[in-house]
Amino acid sequence: MAKKVKFLQGNEACVEGALMAGMTFYSGYPITPSTEIAELSAERLPRIGGKFIQMEDEIAGIAAAIGASLTGAKAMTATSGPGFSLKQENIGYAALTEIPVVIVNVQRGGPSTGLPTAPGQGDLMQAMWGTHGDHPVICLTPDSVRETFDLTIRAFNLAEKYRTPVILLTDEITGHMREKIEIPDASEVEIYNRIKPEPGSDYKAYKVVDGDIVPKMADFGSGFRYHVTGLMHDETGFPSNSTKNAGILMDRLMAKITDNLDDIITFEEIETADADYLIVAYGGTARTAKAAVKKLRAEGIKVGLFRPITVWPFPEAALYKLSEQVKDIIVAELNYGQMKLEVERVVKNNAPVRFCGKANGEVLTPEELIQKFKEVL
Amino acid sequence: MNHPLVEGFFRMDKFPHIWCPGCGHGIIMASIARAIEKIGLDKDKVCIVSGIGCSSRAPGYMDFNTLHTTHGRALAFATGVKLANPELEVIVIAGDGDLSAIGGNHLIHAARRNIGITTICFNNNIYGMTGGQYSPTTPTKEKGTTAPYGNIDKPFDITQLAIGAGATYAAKTTAYHVPQMDKLIETAIRHKGFSMVEAISICPTYYGRKNKKGSVVDMMTFLKDSFIDVKVAEKLPPEKKEGKFLMGEFINKAEPEYTEQYDQIIASQKK
Amino acid sequence: MSKQLELRLSGSGGQGLITAGIILAEAALKDDKNAIQTQSYGPEARGGASKAEVIISEDSIDFPKVTLPNMTLALTQIASDKYIKDISVDGTVIVDESITLPETLKAKHIYRVPIIKTAINEVGKEIVANIVALGLIVGLTGIVTEGSLEAAIMARIPKGTEDLNRLALQKGYELAKTLQK
Repeated sequence: MAKKVKFLQGNEACVEGALMAGMTFYSGYPITPSTEIAELSAERLPRIGGKFIQMEDEIAGIAAAIGASLTGAKAMTATSGPGFSLKQENIGYAALTEIPVVIVNVQRGGPSTGLPTAPGQGDLMQAMWGTHGDHPVICLTPDSVRETFDLTIRAFNLAEKYRTPVILLTDEITGHMREKIEIPDASEVEIYNRIKPEPGSDYKAYKVVDGDIVPKMADFGSGFRYHVTGLMHDETGFPSNSTKNAGILMDRLMAKITDNLDDIITFEEIETADADYLIVAYGGTARTAKAAVKKLRAEGIKVGLFRPITVWPFPEAALYKLSEQVKDIIVAELNYGQMKLEVERVVKNNAPVRFCGKANGEVLTPEELIQKFKEVL
Repeated sequence: MNHPLVEGFFRMDKFPHIWCPGCGHGIIMASIARAIEKIGLDKDKVCIVSGIGCSSRAPGYMDFNTLHTTHGRALAFATGVKLANPELEVIVIAGDGDLSAIGGNHLIHAARRNIGITTICFNNNIYGMTGGQYSPTTPTKEKGTTAPYGNIDKPFDITQLAIGAGATYAAKTTAYHVPQMDKLIETAIRHKGFSMVEAISICPTYYGRKNKKGSVVDMMTFLKDSFIDVKVAEKLPPEKKEGKFLMGEFINKAEPEYTEQYDQIIASQKK
Repeated sequence: MSKQLELRLSGSGGQGLITAGIILAEAALKDDKNAIQTQSYGPEARGGASKAEVIISEDSIDFPKVTLPNMTLALTQIASDKYIKDISVDGTVIVDESITLPETLKAKHIYRVPIIKTAINEVGKEIVANIVALGLIVGLTGIVTEGSLEAAIMARIPKGTEDLNRLALQKGYELAKTLQK
């Protein structure tokens, strides 16, 4: 099979993945360090008959993408911390109205304007809890250029399959570094498209039928004149003040995720089979951890790496199992311990959870991680 | 027996609507339906988008592809709908607060792009859904629950705002001047590019009561007596225009429409 | 783990060092090696000194950032002052002849070479100093094959500048030869 070997930035690979996934619409607002995603989308989309628009602000960037998705387009928007904050209300809107959309957040140093050109991982909790109200969330985190490509495709597939916004949470490390990537042939890539109602069929816009996971989704303009609202609604899609209906809807939205954890969750384990110690790291920082594991193993220390690829929903079961085996766990991330909280929650008292991180815009080096590892363990 | 317009263009099972007795919004909503009927648009190809507020509930009653979005963002969502599928006739319904306060940025940029969206502003000079707070179109010195001592803000003229931002069609009308409203909304929908009709509505419940505007009939009479068509006004002596507001068509010009221009880019780049 | 090479190319924005870094990495890929390129962004890249970093390895590369370079290049004094002091003891430092180096600098090889002057006088365009530098680096270190380097250059440069860049590359190789004599 002919493979195209390219040398790309993570941000560029994101666009390549999006196009292979079937993206036909991009709307966004310029923000460092995600801008290459907008620039390349602007160049490539019209060539395939797709649409790109630079909107007037971050809020409009996600709003237009959701609007486009309703017409049947696969739509994406990309941003970084400050813009991610601004998009939160409409992430909740897409979750409640079940409109597929992919939101890329190339994390930089925060809070506020922070360090625009430097990496950070401080948006992990915001990706889960950023919008108001409980809501389903899928959030994926790549640690390489190739995985950025793969997970962008997966983000579109999951968005279409579960009719929910999917967040691709990358960082300045993977977003800006250039790395070798073999672009697979389109025939090798699995693409999922939303299920649409049969033309002329009896259609309730928010009723799950035929054993489907989610309601079928009609394109606006395809003959099903239905209503979409961010108010709690019943199966018809129209607003309903009934608390019974609201409960049914919320339960169904949350169950889309909790009933399908095996399909949604992916993670990587390195050298965990005989590990006495476990490093937990994700995204760009996982590269640091991989280098550290190799060096520590070379010294004869039995250490392994657990890398959540799906960070939300969190890969609880796999981590819990590992926590029964290891003596100690250290979480490495570029913040003040956001994933550490989650790891503590999951492993309970099976193993102490240590922390190695910083939020000053620098990457964590393998040497720093090894030093911390030796200090605390 | 319902009127054929109601049967043909509204979702009968969603009535009664939520608007207060005497509210002007229903008049404007009906005018939109009449314009769509007159033009003969395919209902399946009409998309009505709204934000949040009293007027933004209108799409729920209207039998088209309808999208009730977040506060202020109707035009941003509508821009995505229109650009992704330019075949759709996209109409935005927005209140004065929704369109010119929280959504003001989207209004000026949609107008600037000249994207083929028709915006109908239901302007009742107040935030009704939240209980009568002053809005960007509440006249100076008038009251709202958040302006108990009188509003010191200067109000927006939303029509002029849209024109300033580059709208190629902009008109103003009132809930009293229904035949004119029908014609202006029809012309706005037929217009290629961004078009806006600011329809002055009445809110007897909050704006009227807070500011002692009298009965619904009094408020309607005020609209009748206070607005004169811009074309008529041109010929009137200054003393006859004193204290009056202008309505009618303020701008109507042809400029390239956004989605058509984008399609030209596609045509030039597509391999 | 086989030895991995870490390179830091620095100069002022507009000297094409980020392009040079990408070309070097792409040449390494053509040699069936792995490579990662990173660069400085933002205000740092616009004024003052900009840098591109390249890691080349036979194996997979985990940590993507350069920690202690085996080779550094600097084309301006500001870039040199900022980036040149981090160098491994067995490393190679290459700077333009216009640059003054600290006497305390320790490296296996230290070269001050007329890179910019060569680009101006012998190629005729200062803008190809980055390509002269690539020829020099590869001529001195052999980190990528000459065939891969030329192919990588040709794939990245604007159409119509092939001869100019080939000449620049040639002049870089010649500079390397004079230094090795």
